[in-house]
Amino acid sequence: MTETTPLWEVFIRARNGLNHKHAGSLHAADAELALQAARDVYTRRGEGQSIWVVRSSDIVASDPQDKDMMFEPTATKIYRHPTFYEIPDEVGNM
Amino acid sequence: MYSQGLIGADGRTDEDEAFLAAFQERIDAELKIEPNDPMPEGYRKTLVRQISQHAHSEIIGMQPEGNWITRAPTLRRKAALLAKVQDEGGHGLYLYSAAETLGVSREEMTDQLLSGAAKYSSIFNYPTLTWGDIGAIGWLVDGAAIMNQIPLCRCSYGPYARAMIRVCKEESFHQRQGYEIMMTLARGSDEQKAMAQDALDRYWWPSLMMFGPSEGSSVHSSQSMAWKIKRFTNDELRDKFINATVPQAKYLGLTVPDPDLKWNEERQSYDHGEIDWDEFWRVVKGDGPCNRERLRNRNRVHDEGAWVREAALAHAEKRRERAEAAKIAAE
Repeated sequence: MTETTPLWEVFIRARNGLNHKHAGSLHAADAELALQAARDVYTRRGEGQSIWVVRSSDIVASDPQDKDMMFEPTATKIYRHPTFYEIPDEVGNM
Repeated sequence: MYSQGLIGADGRTDEDEAFLAAFQERIDAELKIEPNDPMPEGYRKTLVRQISQHAHSEIIGMQPEGNWITRAPTLRRKAALLAKVQDEGGHGLYLYSAAETLGVSREEMTDQLLSGAAKYSSIFNYPTLTWGDIGAIGWLVDGAAIMNQIPLCRCSYGPYARAMIRVCKEESFHQRQGYEIMMTLARGSDEQKAMAQDALDRYWWPSLMMFGPSEGSSVHSSQSMAWKIKRFTNDELRDKFINATVPQAKYLGLTVPDPDLKWNEERQSYDHGEIDWDEFWRVVKGDGPCNRERLRNRNRVHDEGAWVREAALAHAEKRRERAEAAKIAAE
């Protein structure tokens, strides 16, 4: 058999109140099988309350080569952080 | 598993010096390398080899233990062994996924295993003759695996390190269940004690071989250390394992089958007898007690499961076509 089985990315919510977080990936023929495989591969010890599976080919990712262009500018924008502003101690916690 | 995956690894790489220096700087700063980051071809190839062989070891490793699922002595032991073997399959899958992030396909890796082109850990070519062997495997083989895998949690390649963290968390149950089996046998009838001792006798040396031969001044090994693919030499890890395991054997009242085993006060470590490296190379090269059987089984199961994979894909395709047709009809 030369046909390849599609790759899926698995996201798991450990419990309500938390985000779904990337757990890993797996191969499955369709969404239903991907969900079942994700349950067996990534939640054997109560790691999850909810699973998302997404076809890896549907994910659009930023290019690591563009990392500086994408993210470097924020390093100079320190006024976006609360510690940039001087507030006297008398004012109390703010 | 693990360090054996580096045997014959080719870390040669032909990038220019500026590129290699910049890469080494990142490694030295303990920055993780992620899938699409620039990396030397030698680094990528070395990792593909090690991770895929590690994955193959997990998959083949299901066979010696699977051999005893139907004959486990109690329901409790059977449930635990079943869960352990299922974990090994899971570990194989995490590792294949990690290797795939380096641009090798699952199909390629599977083909390499099935054709015998890729190796897996020598330890799984030994037979499990008694229930005691299941205890010895959990205690010694998983114990040796943990020694190897804990430093791999800090491997410079992110996906491998993350897979190792998951694996290590799960592996400690494996070792404890094995030791518990040994404890039960060691406290049992004379026959049971003899069974535990026999399992230790047969699995001790092959377990020490799992760490791979002494590297001496191997170029491949120092390159893997510099790239932080591995953090300790094979001998360092083997010593750690022996030092942790000998007291555990004493507690069981069993004898480690090495007359030359002696505590070295100066090194604060045990000195051990000569390891039979001829045996090791025989097993690695395909002439162990079970090499042919392991591969024959893997190939048989793969062939017998082909119709399931084909049916799942055909079903998925049919559903996709029907959904499309329904969408067009609705428009």
